[in-house]
Amino acid sequence: MRITCPFCGERELGEFTYLGDAKPVRPAADAGEDAVYDYVYLRDNIAGVMSENWYHGGGCRAWLKVTRNTLTHEISAVEPAAGAGAAKVGA
Amino acid sequence: MKYSIFSLARAALSGHKNWQRTWRDATPKDRYDVVIIGGGGHGLATAWFLASEYGIKNVAVLEKGWIGSGNAGRNTTIIRSNYGLPGNTGFYELSMKLWERMEQDLNYNSMVSQRGVINLYHSDAQRDAYARRGNTMRINGIDAELLDLAAVKKMMPFLNYDNARFPVQGGLLQRRGGTARHDAVVWGYAHAASGLGVDIIQNCEVTGFIRDVNGKVTGVETSRGRIGAGKVGMAVAGSSSRVADMAGLRLPIESHVLQAFVSEAIKPLIPGVMTFGAGHFYVSQSDKGGLVFGGDIDGYNSYAQRGNLPVMEDVCEGGMALMPMIGRVRLLRQWGGIMDMSMDGSPIIDKTPVDGLYINAGWCYGGFKATPGSGFVFAHLLARDTPHEEAARFRLDRFRTGAMIDEKGQGAQPNLH
Repeated sequence: MRITCPFCGERELGEFTYLGDAKPVRPAADAGEDAVYDYVYLRDNIAGVMSENWYHGGGCRAWLKVTRNTLTHEISAVEPAAGAGAAKVGA
Repeated sequence: MKYSIFSLARAALSGHKNWQRTWRDATPKDRYDVVIIGGGGHGLATAWFLASEYGIKNVAVLEKGWIGSGNAGRNTTIIRSNYGLPGNTGFYELSMKLWERMEQDLNYNSMVSQRGVINLYHSDAQRDAYARRGNTMRINGIDAELLDLAAVKKMMPFLNYDNARFPVQGGLLQRRGGTARHDAVVWGYAHAASGLGVDIIQNCEVTGFIRDVNGKVTGVETSRGRIGAGKVGMAVAGSSSRVADMAGLRLPIESHVLQAFVSEAIKPLIPGVMTFGAGHFYVSQSDKGGLVFGGDIDGYNSYAQRGNLPVMEDVCEGGMALMPMIGRVRLLRQWGGIMDMSMDGSPIIDKTPVDGLYINAGWCYGGFKATPGSGFVFAHLLARDTPHEEAARFRLDRFRTGAMIDEKGQGAQPNLH
């Protein structure tokens, strides 16, 4: 598996760290216990195409949103995650 | 058939041409009292304990491929009971005791070899942590010995004791730990369960659950037709989320790939199972002579049953740090299995919110050693509808209530457990 970083180009997997599914969104502070439980502990654990957060710690140190198939490891898209990095490239 | 010295002698005298297959490859009936999804070690053990301990013999084990084709055939075959937290300590010791009588129970040679598991320590702080773990084990009636450097040197003179960065200072030894022949565990449970009337049905993939008007599960849809069930238990490891999803459940589980490795065969070298405390590397030597070893999971969600090179490199570096001479040994095989990584690193054995559906999952990469214990307590739950006392903490709702069993203290990040 190699990941094409939008800032650094194609790099080997060892440069990246995995956070997980990009879908869960931190609930509002007053959202209640169920929403927090859901966010922290429950996962769709998709067998197929999944959107994920990866960190390019061995390169530009940007957070990336990677679209990857968990059945085949095929990566179909890599974008800067929302935040400062994304603003720089106008994403 | 019953195996004995006489059956072996008879077979030998007839040129080993008359061995019969050891278990029945069944075709599905319309209905069973209990249907187990998953023909791995845990599923087959559950079926056997249901039949032998709890008198429920109208049982089917459904396997989508062939039995033992998942993690039961993909692990590094280590058995041990050196856990430190309430909930785990007693459960894994129950499992260890069942390993010790497995061959007699099943009338099958599963090659349980209690040649010891040693966890090496490399710093004063790690020695203290291991001493604490050893004490926890001993006050729970489990064997543990804290070895100093001289004792480790005597036991394993071949380690690199000149490693300035990660000096070996000693180790925590559980002599009753060791290895077992993983395939023979699967075949042994299949042999014994089949002998008691359990139907083992291969190439039978569950594609959905049959529910009554109240939502209770009353059977399963499979690639070989509908099968009715009084109760359904799932023991499907890395596929847990996919199967639970058919019943509308989301689980506190992520599926990750764990790799394992075997070297070419060498002469007897490693006496038992050994782990490197300054990285993540564990190794034993198979009876055929190959070094069987592994390390961390790859760290990303995967259902692919194969991993990538960074972890392979990391594992081999761990091995080299401990035993530089293995650098000249060639890697023979490498493979991956899909781990059901739970959010606290401990298993889940419980009823689900869906009536009639029971779950056995979340084994992370420690499922093999748990095989007999898991089968025993899951059978208890299925038969009695109450958890076995040694598995009472493996609740599905502990993530909601906060009663986590987090051996490593990593929090809800499955790829770090």
